[in-house]
Amino acid sequence: MDHRVVITGMGVVCPLGHDVPTMWDGLMTGKSGVAPTTLFDASTFPTHFGAEVKDYDISEFVKNPDLHKNSNRGSQFVLGACVQACKQAGIDTETDTPTDNIDRTQLGIYLGAGEGSADNHAFFSSIINGWNADDHTMDWGKWTQKAMKTMDSSRELEQEPNMPARHLALLTGARGITRSCLTACAASTQAIGEAAMIVRSGKADIMIAGGAHSMIHPLGQTGFNRLTALSTRNDSPTTASRPFSATRDGFVLGEGGAVVILETLQSAQKRGATILAELTGFGSSNDAFRVTDMHEEARGAVAAMRAALKDASVTTDDIDYISTHGTSTNENDSIETLAIKTVFGDHAKSVPVSSPKSQFGHLIGATGCAELITCVKAIEENTLPMTMNLNDPDPALDLDYIPNKPRKTEVNIVMSESFGFGGQNNVLIIRRFTGPRQ
Amino acid sequence: MTRRVVVTGTGATSALGLTADELWDGLLGGHCGIKRIQAFDPIEFPCNLAGEVPDYKIRKCVPKTHRKATKLMSRDIEISVIAANDAVESSGLVTKAIDPENTTITPTRTAISFGAGLISCDIEEIAPSVEKAVTDGQFDIRKWGTDGLQSLTPLWLLKYLPNMLPCHIGIIHDIQGPSNTITCGEVASHIAIAEAVEMIARNDADVALGGGGEAKVNPVVMMRQCLHHRVATDSNDAPEKACKPFDANATGSIFGEAAGVLILEELEFAKARNAAIAAEIVGTASSNSLNTDCTHLEQDGKGLQVAIRKALKEADITPDQIDLIIPTGTGIATDDKAEAAALKAVFGSSIKSISVWPIKSMVSHTGAAAGAIDLIVAVRAIEHQKIGPAANFDTPADGCELNIATGATDKEINYALCCGYSFGGQTAAIVIKKYEENA
Repeated sequence: MDHRVVITGMGVVCPLGHDVPTMWDGLMTGKSGVAPTTLFDASTFPTHFGAEVKDYDISEFVKNPDLHKNSNRGSQFVLGACVQACKQAGIDTETDTPTDNIDRTQLGIYLGAGEGSADNHAFFSSIINGWNADDHTMDWGKWTQKAMKTMDSSRELEQEPNMPARHLALLTGARGITRSCLTACAASTQAIGEAAMIVRSGKADIMIAGGAHSMIHPLGQTGFNRLTALSTRNDSPTTASRPFSATRDGFVLGEGGAVVILETLQSAQKRGATILAELTGFGSSNDAFRVTDMHEEARGAVAAMRAALKDASVTTDDIDYISTHGTSTNENDSIETLAIKTVFGDHAKSVPVSSPKSQFGHLIGATGCAELITCVKAIEENTLPMTMNLNDPDPALDLDYIPNKPRKTEVNIVMSESFGFGGQNNVLIIRRFTGPRQ
Repeated sequence: MTRRVVVTGTGATSALGLTADELWDGLLGGHCGIKRIQAFDPIEFPCNLAGEVPDYKIRKCVPKTHRKATKLMSRDIEISVIAANDAVESSGLVTKAIDPENTTITPTRTAISFGAGLISCDIEEIAPSVEKAVTDGQFDIRKWGTDGLQSLTPLWLLKYLPNMLPCHIGIIHDIQGPSNTITCGEVASHIAIAEAVEMIARNDADVALGGGGEAKVNPVVMMRQCLHHRVATDSNDAPEKACKPFDANATGSIFGEAAGVLILEELEFAKARNAAIAAEIVGTASSNSLNTDCTHLEQDGKGLQVAIRKALKEADITPDQIDLIIPTGTGIATDDKAEAAALKAVFGSSIKSISVWPIKSMVSHTGAAAGAIDLIVAVRAIEHQKIGPAANFDTPADGCELNIATGATDKEINYALCCGYSFGGQTAAIVIKKYEENA
């Protein structure tokens, strides 16, 4: 028998703040998390700005930060988010003797987590030491000598993408199914979807699901700048992320960590946990088209949306709001709009859609979870987040993008979309929890 | 009604060859693929050994339409693409790559779940760009932002995203169902295969490719293993003797590269096309090691115990029903001992009669590919009712008194277990079963 999957806790550390209320308040009041880059000197890069998490200290949330020494930024963000989510859900953290009556072997973890930044000094100085500029060859002996002196075991290890999940395991004592995936910008949506499938099947009672990522470092930004995926609106960082606008010129690189607690309805009710929403649909597909581009007819995105609707047993008429991937790149926003029109047909223009990335940027692997949290808040508050900076509508994009101010309306069923490089498409559907299913 | 998931094909690239057949034949013959590193000059490395995949020409391994895209392939992607081809061919399925006019898969009902590592960039590729960003012998970020960055190939990043392994495979074979990339270090492909099984079981796919690939023979990656003190440094002159899992004289592991892919199918789908069914996957699980020193397993291997117990439970069997275990068995003494402790705790006295076959002494530790390689070997062992020798096992290490075969032997195998743990904490276990129509 399939279990119903409910959300009983959430937490976020993102460019708009270090918890869910602060993020939501920022979204409602038109704040931007975008500013000149401070984590490294980006002044000569094509892009000089990003959406950084500011003034964050892991000891705001974690009692024993030493246990997480040298952890990468993504790990640190997701630790804070996990403490918040566990607290809300009533899951004990940082204790060998939990009193929450949760079987640790039925408590799992599923993150969409990115790699940490390279140790730049070690990485670059080893190359410089070994490179022979005269004949363009590498002297591996010299490279090795420098690498052995400069590379640090712990800092190298903490770059591994499975480390955020390890830190959450230490934090919570989880011994259930634990996975970490990295499907580019769709990673945490996919992690939440797959975690929901695990809960639905009863293989775990509770899954800590979410994302962790920071690519705001020299090589990360290099990669995106070379792809010309980033906005270069250096004279106006706070208006640079402008999804669905005619003048959009790329996404704004952000960072963060986010967690939702997924749980069987039975477990949540037994524990007396507050149910924030129910997760009813997951659709996942692969474009199988090109390494570099989305499918022109949004084949994969359409398939994932339809699969999610079917999984949730709802029709397009039932969807009150779509939280888009809405990156502010020319390609994504056009093709995503096409996908929505294809799936929703005549109904497309009457479904409000928006992109919180206009305010907190693109958190890459962590973005899907942060956005799903905004969907839960939309249901709680009956208010839809806006698409900020949408002052030059693109005549070719004609959906209801909720421009520039949030909207009060009844919100019961919501779709959240994430798409990633390589043709990764993942879509979730959540709904207001209303007790017994009709 | 549960949908049963069976294995109908296997493919591998490893130090023992470019096919799963060569992997199996090599292991059965007791051959060792570990040699001095060829990918770069390891002269100053404390350990200069690795398991490397033999030469291939990637352009010849992809359809014409995908040749241009080979420029965007890191080595992790290349060896994974070749292993996927091998797996698809062995299954008898016809995909777009084999014959676009006569495919026997439905693309939207075909999934892929793949384990991948943290792909390190090609140092010799980036070095000329770094050269442009040097001031007084030091890296100069401002010069990098202009001259260095601009001289890198525009699509540079796409070579190193872990999800590009299944992405390329998906384009080549037209796989449009769910596609996931699991990045759980050395249990990545155990977990990816478990998830591929789930995708079929929950009816999101009828066919799924499950596996993983990692090309660890990159100077940055190999240096990490040295710094983590995981490598055997005393055997540079005796590569074949370097890695000694569970042996009293073990001094560390040897790392390498590989990719492994299993073709998984829903039973009725496989039967309808008269596929040769090699084995059935009947139990999967994962857990965590909670050692605060993440460089080793807990001494009692508790996180591994939890995973194995759950996998047995899901398979609905008792521990004594297992006939063969392919363990992690790295040759790192502390971890081998902890793994042996976990096996003893779960299997009790029956561990004495269960064959244990560690294979890293021959194929090296291949990280995100290791689970897939282990599973392929277990599937072949069940198919042939045979196990091969475990090289370099002479005297059991203290606590590691396991039933390890030192010669090839016929063996009745109904159930086999593959288990693993990652450097970082995740653990995994998978139980497979000899296929019987009426289970």
